[in-house]
Amino acid sequence: MTKKRTVSRNRFFGIPLPAGHTGVDLIISALRIIIVALIVIGAGNTLLEGRFTFEQWLALLFAGLAQGSIYALIALGYTLVYGILRMINFAHGDVFMAGAFTTVFLANSFRQSGFLDSQPLLAILILMGFAALVSMTVAVLLERIAYRPLRNAPRLVPLITAIGASFFIQYTFRGLFGSGFKAYPTVAFLRGTFSVGSINVPIAQLFVFLSAVFLMICLYWLVERTRIGKAMRSVSEDKEVATLMGVNIDLIIVFTFAVGGALAGAAGVINGLFRPQGVNFFMGFFPGIKAFTAAVLGGIGNIPGAMLGGMFLGVIEAIGPNLVLNGLGIPSANQLKDVIAFTMLVLVLIFRPQGILGERLSAEKA
Amino acid sequence: MSKRLLILTALLLMFVVAVQADGHCDDEIGCVVLASDDPVTIGVMSALSGPVAFLGEDSVGGVEIALNRRDGTALGREIELITEDSLCSAEGGQTAAQKIASDELILGVVGTSCSGAAASALPVISAAGMLMISPSNTSPALTNADMDAGGLWQPGYYRTAHNDEFQGAMAAEYALNELGAASAATIHDGDPYTDGLQAVMARTFAELGGEVVFQGAVNKGDTDMTAILTEIATNPPDVLYFPIFEPEGNFVAAQSQNIPGLEDTILMGADGLLVAGFPEATGEAAIGMYLSGPYLSSEDYSAFLEEWDAEFGGAPPSGFHAHAHDAANILLDAIEAVAVEQEDGSVVIGRQALRDAVSATEGHAGLTGILTCNETGDCATGEALGMYLITEAEVNEGKWPPDVIWSKAEAMMDDM
Repeated sequence: MTKKRTVSRNRFFGIPLPAGHTGVDLIISALRIIIVALIVIGAGNTLLEGRFTFEQWLALLFAGLAQGSIYALIALGYTLVYGILRMINFAHGDVFMAGAFTTVFLANSFRQSGFLDSQPLLAILILMGFAALVSMTVAVLLERIAYRPLRNAPRLVPLITAIGASFFIQYTFRGLFGSGFKAYPTVAFLRGTFSVGSINVPIAQLFVFLSAVFLMICLYWLVERTRIGKAMRSVSEDKEVATLMGVNIDLIIVFTFAVGGALAGAAGVINGLFRPQGVNFFMGFFPGIKAFTAAVLGGIGNIPGAMLGGMFLGVIEAIGPNLVLNGLGIPSANQLKDVIAFTMLVLVLIFRPQGILGERLSAEKA
Repeated sequence: MSKRLLILTALLLMFVVAVQADGHCDDEIGCVVLASDDPVTIGVMSALSGPVAFLGEDSVGGVEIALNRRDGTALGREIELITEDSLCSAEGGQTAAQKIASDELILGVVGTSCSGAAASALPVISAAGMLMISPSNTSPALTNADMDAGGLWQPGYYRTAHNDEFQGAMAAEYALNELGAASAATIHDGDPYTDGLQAVMARTFAELGGEVVFQGAVNKGDTDMTAILTEIATNPPDVLYFPIFEPEGNFVAAQSQNIPGLEDTILMGADGLLVAGFPEATGEAAIGMYLSGPYLSSEDYSAFLEEWDAEFGGAPPSGFHAHAHDAANILLDAIEAVAVEQEDGSVVIGRQALRDAVSATEGHAGLTGILTCNETGDCATGEALGMYLITEAEVNEGKWPPDVIWSKAEAMMDDM
């Protein structure tokens, strides 16, 4: 009886399929094959054509890793909040902007006073601390004013609120600092390149990458090895049980927003030192979306996953258009880099729906 | 029967008298009648929010200075300015135009900021019998009346901004004839404005005998330009033309310095980057870069900048404030020219008469040069364009604007 039902359900255009497979499976398999084939053909064509040198590919790789590090740092904030509250904080990109935009003025006054050139490392640390403080304040206020009153509301409500909060933060900062573009000063020691043999890596890119990895390790240590980290994980598992065990949920949630905000602020300064131009009230929007994508790609709620997702997205964006789309003969390939990035997202998610490092979410969590 | 006729005649007579008392309106598309205490109302449609809000701020500032210089009055009345946010999109243009069109006292509008917004605002403004003078639309389609060829022009459209056909062609001529470039690459950002400009540049460059080796695009919001620049570096051009905006333009310029193969490529941008903050924000990479844009050189312009600083502080955030100033003046001059004062102190302004007066603008001495409007509303002649060269002074000492090293008008004089 059971067997008969299985067989009759699993038909694809009338063709019976082996037990355990459905038409949807077949379409997804076909999709996998098509996407993989397109990537292989495109990449093969480009490499055979030999238009780009090995050094150029390496340069693209390093630029992608550096850009990915910025995505990763912002993605950490998304993933932390999602891990604890199961909520997507769409205003997080603007928390990043808040730190970066406010600190640009301090950075330029450091340059004018000569402090940035005489004590570059100390100056950068102060700038990062200041930006972290600003972003942290914005994130904590955001939680207190916009999200806490809605914590028990249906899940879509805080999501929409987050989008509203995003606009609110953007236009508040536009009101404060104007709509023009500002730029960070360039720091002398970041201008050079670091060479190993024939491989040259711009120091700025190395700096971004290392800072991001360092901050991620600190965060991982905080969550996995400290008392407050244990409390965070317990809130993430089950809020009610955590309360019964004496964990102050409000405090933990505020702390989570504060940590995410501080990381975003630090990312704002790191981004400014690496890509000095383009600081304005709208600068958080696109990185925010990309970072959210990175968090999903890596497995949302997972810290190393966010890092990996960010790096992956950055590298794909840098290499993908030239490697795949050029080989397929698509004009203006670089305008389509988002297409490549999101195709990769689809590809990863059809192979691993939970993201690269994500655990399969239980019904409770999802 | 005769009684009926009498009543009818009397009614008709009363009607005629009433119409006449209402202001002798014999204009084919209607009149605006200002009662003795009504202000002279003009509108502004600009991008006041969103990523290019600076463009709107720039234009509104230009209009406000033009009004200040008239002590805020025209026809002995106060000028009221109705400001609507037309964003930089079709929806924004439509919404703003509908709000403007619903106010019957509005005589004309300065705006919009973006060509995309103008395309959807224009039908509404035109149907309402109003007119719009844009300070910053440069898309060739807007003043092209040939609908089959993609033209969008409708009666009531004017602009003081220069048509892209002029600017793109000038960049190509300069690159080829003055810089001696043999090959060029272009980058746009998907916007019809930047795409149109690079297309005109590439076409002219090829027509003049140059080789266009690459035409590509980035996205608005991109920060990492390494990929496209590396692609360009596989066949380095003599000139890289990217008529895009801040911040993408800054990223292209700054990051091109780190790409091996592009060391000798001359960078060239357009008026989107002719912005006070651009050289400083871009840093060393901007030195030696050329920008095409409106040629504002007069003493009048310096006086304008001083007024701006006194009124708003600092420098204007974009390059079309002077165009907005001129647009407001052309509109107000035309209003003053066609207004007919009535015995009871009211003023009648015919809407068609107003359009005719703007169309007839000839030799208007504005900040952006001598303006003469043609039949499809192009008031800038394209002679008021120049090539700017960014030097160390702009990058490190905050000098602005940069020096004009070549101008279309002077080149034409030399040819003659």
